[in-house]
Amino acid sequence: MESLGQYEQQPAEKGGNMKFIVGGLVILAAVVYLIVSSTTAGAQYFFTVDELFAKGEEAVDTPARVSGAVLGDTIDYDAETLTLRFTVAHMPADNEILEAEGGLAMALNQAVNDPTRQHLNVVYYGVMPDLLQNEAQAIMTGRLGDDGVFYADELLLKCPTRYDEAAPDQAS
Amino acid sequence: MVDTLVNVGFGALVLTFLTSLYGVGAALYAYFKKQNRWLDSARNAMMLSFPLLTIAASMIVILLVQNHFEVGYVAQVTSRSMPNYLKVTALWGGQPGSLVFWSWLMSIFATAIALRDWKRDREFLPWVIVVVLVTLAFFLLLGIFFENPFRRLWLTPGGSVETLFLRPAGATLYVPADGQGLNPLLRHPGMIIHPPMQYLGFVSFVIPYAFAMAALITGRTDARWIKITRKWTLWAWLFLSMGLVLGMRWAYDVLGWGGYWGWDPVENAALMPWLAATPFLHSVMIQEKRGQLKRWNMFLVILTYDLMIFGTFLVRSGVLSSVHSFAQSAIGPLFFAFIAITFVASIYLLSRRWGELHTETRMSSWLSREGFFLINNLLFIGILVVVFVGVIYPIMTEALGFVGDIFPSMRATFTGQKVTVGPSYYERATGPLWAGLLFVMGVCPLAAWGSSTWKSLGKNLWRPAAFSVVLPVVLIVTGMRNWLAILAFWLVALVGAVTLYEFYKGAAARSRRSGTNFFVELWNLVARNRRRYGGYMIHFGIILMALGVVGIEMFQTETQKTVELGESISLGDYSITYDSLAEFDTADNRNVSRAVVSVFKDGDKVDELYPRRDYFYESRQQMTIPGLRSTMEDDFYIILVDWQPISTQRATFKIFHNPLVNWLWIGSFILIAGTLVAAWPEREVEKMPLVAKDRRASVRT
Repeated sequence: MESLGQYEQQPAEKGGNMKFIVGGLVILAAVVYLIVSSTTAGAQYFFTVDELFAKGEEAVDTPARVSGAVLGDTIDYDAETLTLRFTVAHMPADNEILEAEGGLAMALNQAVNDPTRQHLNVVYYGVMPDLLQNEAQAIMTGRLGDDGVFYADELLLKCPTRYDEAAPDQAS
Repeated sequence: MVDTLVNVGFGALVLTFLTSLYGVGAALYAYFKKQNRWLDSARNAMMLSFPLLTIAASMIVILLVQNHFEVGYVAQVTSRSMPNYLKVTALWGGQPGSLVFWSWLMSIFATAIALRDWKRDREFLPWVIVVVLVTLAFFLLLGIFFENPFRRLWLTPGGSVETLFLRPAGATLYVPADGQGLNPLLRHPGMIIHPPMQYLGFVSFVIPYAFAMAALITGRTDARWIKITRKWTLWAWLFLSMGLVLGMRWAYDVLGWGGYWGWDPVENAALMPWLAATPFLHSVMIQEKRGQLKRWNMFLVILTYDLMIFGTFLVRSGVLSSVHSFAQSAIGPLFFAFIAITFVASIYLLSRRWGELHTETRMSSWLSREGFFLINNLLFIGILVVVFVGVIYPIMTEALGFVGDIFPSMRATFTGQKVTVGPSYYERATGPLWAGLLFVMGVCPLAAWGSSTWKSLGKNLWRPAAFSVVLPVVLIVTGMRNWLAILAFWLVALVGAVTLYEFYKGAAARSRRSGTNFFVELWNLVARNRRRYGGYMIHFGIILMALGVVGIEMFQTETQKTVELGESISLGDYSITYDSLAEFDTADNRNVSRAVVSVFKDGDKVDELYPRRDYFYESRQQMTIPGLRSTMEDDFYIILVDWQPISTQRATFKIFHNPLVNWLWIGSFILIAGTLVAAWPEREVEKMPLVAKDRRASVRT
């Protein structure tokens, strides 16, 4: 296929393996360095609401990621200052527990309707996300302030849409 | 009617599963007993998967289009108001349908591979059948036992609605008046083509993997398996790349955060097979030309295959929190078991042939073509490792908690809590590696196979290198002081210059020799060396994409403000005026809030944009659609954030200015064109003398 004639095979030199091992190790070391240095710079701890409160003072001002169930009545958005306030209830993060509670949708429903759950107030500055609604799962990235409010820089929302709950009235 | 559709569809699914198992058995029997008749039968079984799965998939499509909401899947992904084309695409709008769709695509490839001319490679056939059908059977197993799309909704005597295939005792069929409708975020052209492309990329990689395994098992470990699968690999790579680009475009148009890539676990899941496949495409060339890196190629194809399964698993199991994982189900452990078994088995097969896969020539210099290919491979795998670590980091930190328990001094690092890493981790850790790849991409085409010296390399490099310096100099003179960006622009210019110079050099040499027109010879050059120049076209596409990435990543600016009717917001050279806002209902059950905004550049009106917000009544979800003005130079991107009732007439807008980002999409078209040039089938007859020569070079004594 190659027609330009610049690819004649030349006899391989002997004993040239060392430089490849060294070169490979240099690239490997660079990759390891990049991973280690970047994880320490970009790491965020993943907590449930209970875990965050259990940390107490230690959790204040540490970069963290918290997940909770959104309480629809608490959503308050000021479009003027782009300040979004809402409250989340504790929900388990473990997939097995979630499954045991009947899946994500059921777990969220329980979390929102259970008055004994711990609640966390959240403040977020920015665009109100489309998916923010009652019984959505919010995953917030930010820091806990010393006033006990969680200041989120990033807000991810998950709304489980399951037909068996939200199915509208049956056709007659 | 519904009963028939459901029974025929599910029956076809079960039949395909049984046929696949039969095919595996027949192929094994044929291999061990040397029975050709059984091999033919196994091959027929493999071909049968396509018509059978076509029936199963058609039944789902009919159920979707005819609004049979008593079928759980139909109620979940469609609604009456959806147009028919969207109802068809709802086939891959949720997990159960996706699995059938995935299997159907797989069956197309299975049939295509069964129909090839096997005369010269008959010994591979039984094992290719085994690998392809085992993979297919696995996905069918999930579709039949765990994610059956044909389950109906039943109202039990206890008053609850169950989703089951068979009628529970005393239950009656539950027929919802309407379905929930496809997730509005998925109602976008990019998202309609994206999953099929991504799946096609995933599925087509089964073929090279099947041939690799066949080569390992039969002991025919020369480069034949690579030659057969070369084009398959290119097509697979094309589909993977298109899947990624379409996903990026979708994120840019629909998610409304002004970006195209968020290092989300699911995005990473799609990226990882690509990161293994791309070095594979390069390093097979070394094996063909030089007989080196045979074990490495085997390893890469195994890795790609299992990353492909892992990717499907991540998207479909909900194991990691992500905006994408709208699918939560119990099939995770099965996926994990399948990945573990195939990986261990493949590595075992590789280790059995380890001795036979020794290198035929020694690599002698980092400066040779193969030396640069090796660097390219290491950098790609480096990026893959970075991404993989990022994806599993939360799982890893949680699982490694015991280290902190054993060594209290390390408790701060190993806390046993889930720790995630954000986009900044990926950007920081992969940035230098991407830059290294760009550099290698520029220099590699200039190096000779076997060995090069600094001198010969320098002789080839100095012209394009000198030319490429012009761009950074111009940037510095015009006042740019972002040194990282200047370095990136220089790399782009260097690779661009080298690539274009390669085309020029080749065509000019031909033109001198033959005396014909330069452009005619340029055409001939590419036509005669499609793989090579197709590859260079891909490189050129990549650098244009890099230009777009540098533009948006390093120079994106944004602002946001609440304004009254008639007021303006300015950003850089641009400003916008809020002209009006209208709210109305549409026929397909949406409530649309649409703003009219005039865009001014340096004081002159250049455009009118309509950022809007759609509210979907059925699914009670909103969707933000930005107003976008796109030029070669930059994109101007407006999001309607919020608005007050008509009386006060004020609205909040968020504006992004994304320089150069259009080149990302333009580059991707060139990349697709280049891959098509390289992958388009050619007659094998033409290549016969060359094949013979290559084989002679690789014969061992």
